[in-house]
Formats: sequence, C-alpha cells, structure tokens
Amino acid sequence: MTTIAIPQPQVQQPGRLTLLLRYLRRNKSLVFGLLILLFLISFTVFGLLTVDTKQAYPLSVRSKQPPSLKYPLGTDFFGRNLMAAMVVGLWQTAVIGLLAGGVGTLIGVVLGFISAYFGGLIDALIKGICQILTPIPAFLLQVVIAGSLDKRSVTIYTMAVVVLLLAWMGPTLVIRSQVLSMKERQFVSVAKLSGVGDVGIIFGEILPNLLPFIAAAFVNQVFVSLFASLYLSVLGLGPLREPLMGNLIWAAQGQSAFFNGWWWWPVFPALGLVLIFSSLALINMGLDELANPRVRRTE
Amino acid sequence: MSARRIIQRLLFLVLVVWAASTITFFIPRLSPKNPIRERFAQLARTGGFSPGDLEKIIASMNTKFGLDKPLLQQYTEYIGSIARFDLGVSLNQFPKTVWDLIAESLPWTITLLLVTTVLSFVLGNLLGAVAAWPRAPSWLRAIATPFVLLQGVPPVLLALFLLFFIAFRLKLLPLGSAYSTGRIPDWSFSFILDVARHQILPALSLIFGTVGGWVLSMRGMGVTIQGEDYVNFAEHKGLSGYTIFRNYYLRNALLPQVTGLALALGNVVVSGIVVEQFFGLPGLGQVLFAAIQSNDFLVIYGIVLFITIAVASLMVLVELLYPLLDPRIREA
Repeated sequence: MTTIAIPQPQVQQPGRLTLLLRYLRRNKSLVFGLLILLFLISFTVFGLLTVDTKQAYPLSVRSKQPPSLKYPLGTDFFGRNLMAAMVVGLWQTAVIGLLAGGVGTLIGVVLGFISAYFGGLIDALIKGICQILTPIPAFLLQVVIAGSLDKRSVTIYTMAVVVLLLAWMGPTLVIRSQVLSMKERQFVSVAKLSGVGDVGIIFGEILPNLLPFIAAAFVNQVFVSLFASLYLSVLGLGPLREPLMGNLIWAAQGQSAFFNGWWWWPVFPALGLVLIFSSLALINMGLDELANPRVRRTE
Repeated sequence: MSARRIIQRLLFLVLVVWAASTITFFIPRLSPKNPIRERFAQLARTGGFSPGDLEKIIASMNTKFGLDKPLLQQYTEYIGSIARFDLGVSLNQFPKTVWDLIAESLPWTITLLLVTTVLSFVLGNLLGAVAAWPRAPSWLRAIATPFVLLQGVPPVLLALFLLFFIAFRLKLLPLGSAYSTGRIPDWSFSFILDVARHQILPALSLIFGTVGGWVLSMRGMGVTIQGEDYVNFAEHKGLSGYTIFRNYYLRNALLPQVTGLALALGNVVVSGIVVEQFFGLPGLGQVLFAAIQSNDFLVIYGIVLFITIAVASLMVLVELLYPLLDPRIREA
C-alpha cells in the first residue's frame, strides 16, 4: 500500500481582526454610532486644546455675532463664543452621561445580582420597589427635586445625581432577569457541584457571561440620563452658569432667538445634541444585536 | 380575568400613587428652601414691606398652610387630602385651586397628546409591519428608514429644527404660542383654524420623535411572526397577501405593541409637556413650569401627582383590557 500525500487545501483561518471587521460590516448601526461618537470625541478634544474655554462664559466676546471666520459658530446674546461653549458643553455632557450612566449601571448590577442570586425576601423587596417606582414618570420627580434645589448652587455634578436618583430601576430589572436565567444554566450547576463558592460563581461564571448585557445596559443608561438632563436644562432647571447645550437652547428660546434672527444660537447646540442622541441610539441598537443574536434576523 | 387579579392590580395602583405622593412630599421638605419664604421674599424685593413684616407674614402663612406642625402630622394630613382628591390651592393665584389650574390647561395637553400618540402609533406600526413584510414593494419598505434614524432624537430637538426650517426660514407657520397675538379666544371657525395652525409644528415634532420607536419594535415583532406555522399554513391555503398581512400577521404582531404603548405612556406625556413648554402652549407643562418658577409648591405636587395617577391608571387599564384583545390570556 502506498500512501499518497494528498495536498491539503490550505484553509486560512481568518485572523481575529478580519473576523471583527466582517462582523462590523454586518452590524452597520454599531459602526455608524461609533463613528459619530468618534467625531464628537475628536471635536471635543481638539476644541479643548485649541479654543479658549473662558469664552464659553458670558461677557467674554462681542455678542450676537453671526458665524464668521473668527467665530465659526457665532456668538450669543450674552457674549459667549458658541464654539467654546459647544466644546465645554460637550465635555460636560460627557461627564454627566458617564457619571450618571456608570453609577446607575453599577447600582443596577449590584442590586440585580443580589436580588436574583439570593432570592427570597430580598428579591421580593427589590423587585417590588422597582415595579412600584417604574410607572411613575421619573422626569416629573426629577423636576420636583431640581426645583427644590437652590438654583445658584446647581452644578453638573448635582445634575448627574438628580438624574441618577430615579434611574437605577431599569438596569436592576434587566440584570436581575438575566442573572435569573443564567443561574439555571448547567455550567453554573457544575461549578456549584465542584465546590465553587458564591463569590467564585458570581465573578467567575455569571459576570463574564453578562458583560454584553451590562454594556448594553450602560449605553442605555447613558442615553436615559442625557435625555433627562436635556429636558431639565431645556426647562431652565439645569446648572444655569454652565454652557450645557440644553441650557444654551433654553437661553436662546428665552431671548426669542428665532424671532430676533439669531438662528445660530439654538441651532448649533441642538445639532450637537442630535449627534449625541443618534450615536447612542445607534450603538444601543448595535449592542442589542450583539447581545441578543435573535434580533439579527431583522436584517 | 378573575376578580382577584383586578383587585391585585388596583392595590398596585394605590401603592404607586402612595409612593409618588410620599416622594413628592418629602423631597421639598428636605431642601433648605421654604417655599413660602422664597415666595414672599420675592415679593418683598419688588414691592415694599419691611423685613419685620415679612417674618410675620411668613409665620402666619406657615400656620395657614400647616407648615408649623410636626412633619409626621403634615404628612398624614397630606396623604389624607390626596385620598379625598383634594390637591389644595395655588399660592400664586390664590383663590384658584390646583384642580382649577389643571382643568384650564388639561384640554390643550390632552388634545395634542391624543392626536399625536394615536397618529404615531398607527403610522409607526403600519410602517414597521410593512418594513418586515418580504412581499411589500421595496419603496414602501424604504419609507420606514428615515424614521428609524430619527428614533432616539428627543422630540424637543426636532421641534427646534422644525421651527428653524419651516417657521424661521420658510415662514410658513408661526414661531410659537397657542394662537396669534391679539386674538380673543372664542369658538369661531377662524379662531379654531388659527389654533390648529399653531399646533402643527408641536404635533409634527412629537410624531416624528416617536414613530421610529414603533417602527423598530414592530419590525422586530413582524420578523419573528413570519416564521410561525400559522402564517405558512395561511400561505399554503392560498389566501391573498392582503388577508394574510391583516388577519394573520398584523393582528398578532400588534399585541405586544399595545403593552409597549402602555409602558411608553410616561415618556409620551413627559415629552409632550416639554414640547408644549418649548412652543409656549398653555397646557399642563406651562402651569407646572410657572409653578416651579414661583415656588408654588402645592401646584407642583398636584400636577406631578395628577400625571402620575393618570399614567399609572392607564397602564393598569391596558393590562386589564388586554385579555379582550388576546383570547389566549382570557383562559389562563
């Protein structure tokens, strides 16, 4: 018997990068969302390096100038350079979003885990509180909270806390239901039978598998927090001294900017906000598809 | 639907209202601001009475509104008055009660929200269903895409761009307010037409801001349902595409959307109030906002509670009516 060496067809296993790129080509919303986010980040970073941030505050430049070479986005009624205001405003929006979104998700993960993993009375209590608070339009309570604060002392951090106070129920319920379904999987039972403790199971088995859901919950939480803070600031309940984009719109509307022909004053901040919200919504859709492949069939 | 379940949901509703009223009661009490002091200090700055008088007025007002009693007693009295549907009086427009203010402004808000929510729900679900229906013509399926892209943009920002392009640039529609300045409200045809003209942009921004969400969830639902056996069966029976679309596909896909509508109500109302305020319409938003500006705290509580009760009751109502739509739940 002779052995004939059959030339093996060279199967090139695609590298991780190729696989990632292939996946991204299918998940267009994730790509577009990330691209917009990248643009916003580079705009902010570049702006913070080149623009004088003092001009984001009143009485620093000539007021009511339309967009020109010197002031690309114009200046407002109070003598703020809108370019500087946008840069600082974007930065502050990022701070509020990351702070409120991050802490909200963290609370959600911790409470969701405790609730689902230990069950019993604690679970009933946490779930009950979440369910009772969910039908209350959180924004109205945020209005009451923001309205009872001393207006002069409101900062972007107070704003983040106000938004956060009533926004942790969503992630808690999401994480809870995910942990509940994961707790019953076989790999958890195997770990339990082989003597892994509660801490080991939570951090070694369940948490790593939950990461896509936590990421999706985080993006959603950032979105919800920014939505609430936009509404608060558009109503004039935000940190009035800061050039937060919602504040700029509120101020422009208060001075009848359109009626007076200063269209650039509210339009540019609104454009920035539209980019922020679209980017987050697109990333959210993309992550949804990543975490929950069943949605992939919608393509 | 068993009586036990109905009682359970109603108890839940009571709990929600209790939680909302407790939070709205305690938050302002925890803050250092005394609404009455703020209000009269404001008055004292503008029109003359001396600081001594101010203290006397504040003391007497505190007694009048029961603010000098222990906190717990105030709380029980407050909860008691809510249980009697008594929301108190406005500090700012004194003889008027909170109910008067709500009654004056509610028709504006309800009309706007009802029209926009119904239109957006119908339009969004139709577009979403068509977008997931493989046999629909491609141009029809493409209509949904721009709405999906707008999904996530807060309606108030759409309002701003609509104002910019349609009212400011093209000068087709007014820049804001409920009716032209100088007009006296009456029931004449021309006045109603004027009001309607002023409602177009607020309505459009609310519709455009919410349609995308419905399109997206309906499209997801539609895709799942296409794989179902009963749709295949209907196709093999040779039913017409339209019949399958309407009776087999749309009707089933709509069920979860109704629950979605109940869950979205809170956001719908909030966005409506903000947009209303943005356009300067005299709805609930304006009353709430004026109350916040002038620290008219009983009005703030009243409106927050009123909206919470309305939203939560509608949610429970939808849940209770759901078995009428879905025969499968009736049995369980």
